[in-house]
Amino acid sequence: MLEIDNVTKYFNRGTVNEVLALNGLSLSVREGDFITVIGSNGAGKSTTLTCIAGGFTPDSGSIRIKDENITNWPEFRRAAFIGRVFQDPLKGTCASASIEQNMALALRRGKPRGLSKGVKDKDRPWFREQLATLGLGLENRLKDTAGLLSGGQRQALTMLMATMERPDILLLDEHTAALDPKTANQILELTHTIVETQKLTTLMVTHNMHQALNFGNRLIMLDRGEVILDVGGEEKRNLTVEDLLQRFYALRGEAMGSDKLLLG
Amino acid sequence: MTWYAFYGALEQGFVYGLLVLGVYLTFRVLDFPDLTVDGSLPLGAAVSSVAITSGVNPYLSLILAMGAGFLAGMVTGILNTKFRILHLLASILTMIALYSINIRIMGRPNLTLLGADTVLDSVSGLGLPPFIASPMLFAGFCIVAVAVLVWFLHTEMGLTLLATGDNAQMITAQGVNTHNVIIFGVGLSNALAALSGALIAQNQGAADVNMGVGTIVAGLASVIVGETVFGSRTIARAMIAAILGSVTYRLAIALALGLKLGSFSFTPSDLNLITSILVIAALVSPQLKRKFRK
Ligand SMILES: Nc1ncnc2c1ncn2[C@@H]1O[C@H](COP(=O)(O)OP(=O)(O)O)[C@@H](O)[C@H]1O
Ligand SMILES: [Mg+2]
Repeated sequence: MLEIDNVTKYFNRGTVNEVLALNGLSLSVREGDFITVIGSNGAGKSTTLTCIAGGFTPDSGSIRIKDENITNWPEFRRAAFIGRVFQDPLKGTCASASIEQNMALALRRGKPRGLSKGVKDKDRPWFREQLATLGLGLENRLKDTAGLLSGGQRQALTMLMATMERPDILLLDEHTAALDPKTANQILELTHTIVETQKLTTLMVTHNMHQALNFGNRLIMLDRGEVILDVGGEEKRNLTVEDLLQRFYALRGEAMGSDKLLLG
Repeated sequence: MTWYAFYGALEQGFVYGLLVLGVYLTFRVLDFPDLTVDGSLPLGAAVSSVAITSGVNPYLSLILAMGAGFLAGMVTGILNTKFRILHLLASILTMIALYSINIRIMGRPNLTLLGADTVLDSVSGLGLPPFIASPMLFAGFCIVAVAVLVWFLHTEMGLTLLATGDNAQMITAQGVNTHNVIIFGVGLSNALAALSGALIAQNQGAADVNMGVGTIVAGLASVIVGETVFGSRTIARAMIAAILGSVTYRLAIALALGLKLGSFSFTPSDLNLITSILVIAALVSPQLKRKFRK
């Protein structure tokens, strides 16, 4: 489904600020995998997702989706495969466009756009139906601009938009981190429902180890630009936060310390 | 103000209204400050005038002018997106280059159209006096342009224009190549500026390489006056406001020029100062309103 092979990514290469963000990272994602991704701050989680989505091109290595080598594809071209939700709730929607215009834009993700109506009458009932599943009353506000919505509402809308045209892979980068705890939980519930019912292949970065353990069928831990832990199935179900911390320090060859580092 | 000056201001307001729509597209919709129009307005005038003096139908000459303006805008868009030159600088480069190109097109710095057929001849047959007929003709052009633009901005393609100016990251994630959108959008804006220039040349009976100086400031002033006075809640409203802003701006200029305070009066060379003060007043007034409400 998604094959990341030996990907290296430097920032500011050749300067005093050189950072090796991805250090020969490899990952094989199977169809239907719901992978939670953890790792300390600066481990390379966001860089990994951005490399998949095409925001950066790797310095070496390759990325394949559905047997297409997309390593050098521009970002907009990969969008045909990828649904994305960012950490910043303002990034996923267009503030000056209405809710229905945002949804109409998302409905044509990765498809050519012509001179037919942007928002089609036949799509409105379906938009309403989709919005109603959020339970936020947005189904009655199709013409309101997205800029009028709260952060949580915008993130919920982004979640819908990322998945209404089924993506081959869904990338979530700490998409609840900027929300208050109650809203964050609602968005997580929504994520769970959407991913399970559509059986979406998903990579979800989180800084919360409980979330990482409770969601998904597979968990990976990144450290210094490498995958240092990759557990799935039965093994993941039996894992506890203490186990994770122990494995983290054992793998880094350090004494057990504060969990601050891993929790980020 | 005399009636004559009033109709003159209406005429100017509408004929520059097309340019103002273009400025609205780049500055407000695409969030791309584009100064190319200082060169593409005379470009439109030059192309149209040369076409007409070579026997081309005046309406067809407008289409040629728009095509030339579109290409000029595309150059700015390409410089900005493909060659990563800052938008302001990219547009200044195109604008400067157009100065030479416009002289090349005309073969000299200005070209008169005296005696040649123009689009204004199509309304002078209606029996209206020309000082009423020409504002009406230009208002007609504005109505058509607004209708087409409002329609376009609500199509699938048009929505990508709005989104590119608002949130490039979002629309890229939806699979849109924002480079192409910017190149097209800046092209469209300059096609409108060139149309404006072509009509101005046909109206005044001459094209001049210097007629574009200060175009962008006047255009921006009109956009700002329009949205301050007439609002901008929807796209349609904002575009009608831009046209009305253009008319208001020209009326304000005419008023100022007609003003006599004892022995003092404004001259056309004070126009730039008046324009700057107008823009500043429009920019400051929302802040003042807020202050006084407190
Ligand atoms: N655009 C950038 N420019 C320079 N350095 C960057 C950039 N993005 C990330 N980095 C660096 O790359 C490393 C990995 O960052 P990131 O992938 O954002 O980590 P995280 O796991 O916290 O998401 C960090 O050291 C970070 O400082
Ligand atoms: Mg991150």
